[in-house]
Amino acid sequence: MMLSCKEASRLLSQGLDRKLGFGERVMLRVHLGICDGCTNFRDQVAFLRKAMVRLADDPAKS
Amino acid sequence: MSAFRDRVEGERAYLLRYATLQLRDSAAAEDAVQETLLAALAGEAGFGGRSNLRTWLTGILKHKIVDAVRRMTRETALGSGGDEGSADFDALFDERGHWIDMPQAWPDPDASLTQKQFFAVLEECLAKLPAKTSRAFMMREHMGFETTEICKELAVTPTHVWVLLHRARLALRMCLEMNWFTGSK
Repeated sequence: MMLSCKEASRLLSQGLDRKLGFGERVMLRVHLGICDGCTNFRDQVAFLRKAMVRLADDPAKS
Repeated sequence: MSAFRDRVEGERAYLLRYATLQLRDSAAAEDAVQETLLAALAGEAGFGGRSNLRTWLTGILKHKIVDAVRRMTRETALGSGGDEGSADFDALFDERGHWIDMPQAWPDPDASLTQKQFFAVLEECLAKLPAKTSRAFMMREHMGFETTEICKELAVTPTHVWVLLHRARLALRMCLEMNWFTGSK
């Protein structure tokens, strides 16, 4: 069963908010192996998480 | 004594910007900041100079923001609606579920994290999200709430929270790609 990009991106997002099941992880890995768009999406939402933690950071700290 | 008051007062503008970003309602933001400043002045001993003043005040403000979100949730529970539905992300994919505009690789995104201008763009992108979407996203990614806590505060189901968070991520990545990572940098 192949995921579409729409489903893969939804699972990538949910993977940041809940633990994905084994089957979901396998299907994602297969999809990411052939899809640059979703691989970029995965990296970007991880980056977004990093940036959001620093949002409105105290500039005196850096 | 009043030196502390002056220092606390000096953080008002910063706190107001922070609260407005999260609450998206200037009256509610004003209230939360006012409560924070009062609590800070009453609890000066709790500060005791042991941490950065802004960090300490922001910590108090976060609690006030959560209280405000709770109040807003109660008040709007009946007439909810608004940012429901998934029509917005349907538009990003074709009928077979492929990206219409495939996400591009971003060159050295971490370098952006040291740039003030990047965070200004990120704030603008956040401000464009629908209110409930933005609130859920801020609670999750900025304040570090678990999905179950967000469900409780916003009175929605887990599935709905995932939809809100996914919508926020799709919209933000697109907004950043257009306004920061391509061309204009």
